[in-house]
Amino acid sequence: MTNAAPTLRRADGGGLARIGQLSIAWLLAALVLIPLAVMLVTSFKTQRQIFEQGFSFLFMPTLENYRTILEGRFLGYVGNSIVVGVVATLLTLALGTMCAYALSRFTFMGRTSLAMGTLLLRTIPPAVLAVPIYFIWNSIGLQGLNGLILVYVALNLPFTIWLLYGFIEQVPRELEESAAVDGCGPFRGFFVLILPLLKPGLAAAGIFTFRIAWNELVLASILTNRTSRTLPYAVFLTIKDTGIDWGELMAAGVLVAIPPLLFTFVAARQIIAGLTSGAVKG
Amino acid sequence: MNQAGQRRWIPYLFALPAILVMAIGLFYPIIETLRLSAYEVRLGEAPEPQLFRGLQLFAEVLGDASVRQSMLVTLKFAAVVVAIELAIGIGLALLLEGKIPGMSALRTIFVLPMMIAPVCVGLIWRYMFDTNAGPINTWLAPFGWKPVWLADSSLAFFAVCITDIWQFTPFVFIMALAGLQGLDSSLVEAARIDGARLWQVIWHIKLPLLMPILMITLLMRLIDALRGLEVVYAMTNGGPGLSTELFPLHIYKSAFVTQRMGHSAALSVCLLAVTTALSVALLVLNNPLKRGATA
Repeated sequence: MTNAAPTLRRADGGGLARIGQLSIAWLLAALVLIPLAVMLVTSFKTQRQIFEQGFSFLFMPTLENYRTILEGRFLGYVGNSIVVGVVATLLTLALGTMCAYALSRFTFMGRTSLAMGTLLLRTIPPAVLAVPIYFIWNSIGLQGLNGLILVYVALNLPFTIWLLYGFIEQVPRELEESAAVDGCGPFRGFFVLILPLLKPGLAAAGIFTFRIAWNELVLASILTNRTSRTLPYAVFLTIKDTGIDWGELMAAGVLVAIPPLLFTFVAARQIIAGLTSGAVKG
Repeated sequence: MNQAGQRRWIPYLFALPAILVMAIGLFYPIIETLRLSAYEVRLGEAPEPQLFRGLQLFAEVLGDASVRQSMLVTLKFAAVVVAIELAIGIGLALLLEGKIPGMSALRTIFVLPMMIAPVCVGLIWRYMFDTNAGPINTWLAPFGWKPVWLADSSLAFFAVCITDIWQFTPFVFIMALAGLQGLDSSLVEAARIDGARLWQVIWHIKLPLLMPILMITLLMRLIDALRGLEVVYAMTNGGPGLSTELFPLHIYKSAFVTQRMGHSAALSVCLLAVTTALSVALLVLNNPLKRGATA
């Protein structure tokens, strides 16, 4: 083993400390997981089970809630969300990578303004965009899914550009320089040399973008109507002030949560790399 | 000569599509917000009249009791959750540092609350805190407690804080852990050999070395706490009263519920000023452009 283990044992009193650490770690995992488990479990309950016996993990599961929401308009909303999520993600990655490449490999007029502008735009509050976007999109007739995709691409570009910029900076310039001697131009250099090396960065940026496009509620609520609605707003509208049908609501919640959860299980490493990229020097 | 002239266009070809989209989707809307904050716009009347009011809307907004209430709630919320998340997150990272079996599974689990939709987080916790059917009150029942969580102003505020702490303490933990893994272990070793106690090593060596990453984490959390609204929108809709009406939610509601667009734009400018200032601070601490140059 590494040196870390023996030092720790010497300082903290050995196996007992290790067991303490482990139990704290798994207690925390339970605290994180319980609310998620509550959502999942409740989605398989009838309204009677929910209200009559208080909360319990033991019950006869039913698929009734899923049947009800999928027989309604939800299937269409799932389709809308998939279209918005996939198209917005692909566009963001394409435009973001190209822009990051320009920032990393060229000096050009306006480079510093572009860099500073995008760095500051990373933190723009979506609520601030709601009012002007509502007016502008209405005045140019850009509503529904197309309008939504355009906002999501714009919203995600600044973060994507800087995440990928970090990845491109790690690719040694000599790679393109030596290829240039053999007559390889910047376009071939970008598509053939750089792009294949960016897969981990593209995965992380893609997941973050998809997450926003799939989960977003505020802008979706002002830009969509009955037919173009996306999932999160559809879920929001099933919340009523009184007499909430928790079973159906939780089933809808599970539908919204599935893709991000899947991504997390498949690509946790890339996600963590993306989360910490802003602060940890590579 | 000709070739050099051609080459100058290349970076613009790569950057232009992204610049155009950001100009339409981010930059122009911000300019429009600034403009709208000087006009009173009434929706629903065609054509929608826009009356020029200059800076008057700002005066109105700042004198408005509900606006000040919402600002106060937001500041309290941001201060409470960020302080608690930092304390717990850093503490846990120090506690769980080192090789623990199953650490990667643990980190995967910790990322989950940040990945799922805020509207899901809101409805999960709305159910958790439900007075009659909610799990928390079921678990409290043996003790004879039955708080009306989301119907009481201070309990609702507490519930909203708990939700944010559940969602984002893992972020602080992951950042602090990443920082600890990047520390120069020879310094810690040297201090240990010199007889420093565990807490001395943490207080005098680890925390100071972690400070840059902790400051960045603090600013990132602060900005997010000030600009998020979706969780409270789904969980409490700002109530009861204005007790959980976070500022961005107030902006949204004043535009699309009470339909005062100019009012909402003036509030937006205020929020934008604060988040931009914090964003500048973040840039000063951590500028990827300069990092690239020194690397």
